[in-house]
Amino acid sequence: MQQIVNFLIKYKNTLLFLLLLFLSVFFTVQSHSYHKSKFINSANFLTGGVYNWVNDIDEYFNLKEYNNRLVEENKYLRSRLGELNAKNLDTIYQDTSSFDNPYKFISAKVIRNQFSNIDNYILVNKGERDSVHNDLGVITSRGIVGIVEESSNNFSRVISILNTNSSISVQLKNTNHFGSLLWNGKDPNIVQLEEVPRLAPVHKGDTITTDGRSYIFPKGIPVGVVNDFELDVNQSYYKINVRLFNDMTNIGYVYIIDNQNLDELKSLEKEENE
Amino acid sequence: MNKLLISNITRFILLVLLQVLILSNINFLGFINPYLYVFFILLLPLNLNHWKVLIYSFLIGIIIDVFQDSGGINAAASLVAAYFRPYVLKFAFGVSYEFQTIKFYQTPFAQRLTYILLIVFIHHFVLFSFAYFNFTYILEILKNMLFSGIFTVLLVVISMILFRKRRR
Repeated sequence: MQQIVNFLIKYKNTLLFLLLLFLSVFFTVQSHSYHKSKFINSANFLTGGVYNWVNDIDEYFNLKEYNNRLVEENKYLRSRLGELNAKNLDTIYQDTSSFDNPYKFISAKVIRNQFSNIDNYILVNKGERDSVHNDLGVITSRGIVGIVEESSNNFSRVISILNTNSSISVQLKNTNHFGSLLWNGKDPNIVQLEEVPRLAPVHKGDTITTDGRSYIFPKGIPVGVVNDFELDVNQSYYKINVRLFNDMTNIGYVYIIDNQNLDELKSLEKEENE
Repeated sequence: MNKLLISNITRFILLVLLQVLILSNINFLGFINPYLYVFFILLLPLNLNHWKVLIYSFLIGIIIDVFQDSGGINAAASLVAAYFRPYVLKFAFGVSYEFQTIKFYQTPFAQRLTYILLIVFIHHFVLFSFAYFNFTYILEILKNMLFSGIFTVLLVVISMILFRKRRR
């Protein structure tokens, strides 16, 4: 017994070191697996509050840029509205349910953006109080940004597409061939599209959009254009570098998409699998 | 003793805020960021108990991690740097460290630089190894370690000179 106590006293620094090291390795491993980093998380009262406070000041420097984006988006929406009006002039709606839309949009402000690490996260200023929860898609008027991973009362943490753990299903706009969107951790403007079959006609400059298979994003949200491409080692799939429409280094305001039919779709899928 | 405690707590808070609000967003040439909060570990009293050094270093690392959503990488890096601190001190300052008579600002510049360089590079190596968490990225890890390390050492030396002038 005496010897054990002596041993503990003699090596107490090393033991403390090993204990704390184990803890930090544990946190690190958790952060490398999707949906598990519950403890070390900036969506909380303290860090969210600090970032929110600093962002209130920082915001003024970007107002001009954000205004331009809003005008651009308004212009696009107005032109869409014009098209719709022209098309529907001679149609009489039978009932208002035809206006029903399963997607609900929640606007939010980015209060902390990362893009230089290998695993990047974005913090936005809407949380559970604004009915933001896990697995909602996040977009801007220009393209996709990421998926909500964790929410507190007032803040949410978004796993950016610039994260090696992120994988989003997307397609070629013209031909419906789909693949997964990944990131190799290098350039914040370029992401990688993999698993597109060799049969697909890929050309430089083709548009990539979301394909709606995961129900997180509606079909047809823009992502980017093909920058360059090559066949992988097996010669059966393309590896495509996609240049994003979004400037991920300056996001500003985002829309969070809530698919109201998600539970229904999921339960149907479950029945299929059984 | 009380004055020392207050100055250490103030330094802790200032360095954390400086790190997460400004320094981590510099992205010089796209990826180079300094990690000035290592300065806190460097400046802890040189004769402080080793287990206290370990705990304080772990604390500053884990708080930076919470702010940056980086799992436990900063905590692990600070902890390893803190664990090797006594050995580095002995290596850098030699006999005068053994007698526990030295103060950080009263040591010769060359010895102090050795101490800073070793601690910063140990810290950065662990930091980037854990960030990539995959040794196929070894070139990226070494590149990041080298460039960020140089940036950090520069900032540490600059702030060291500034601090000393104010104290005189």
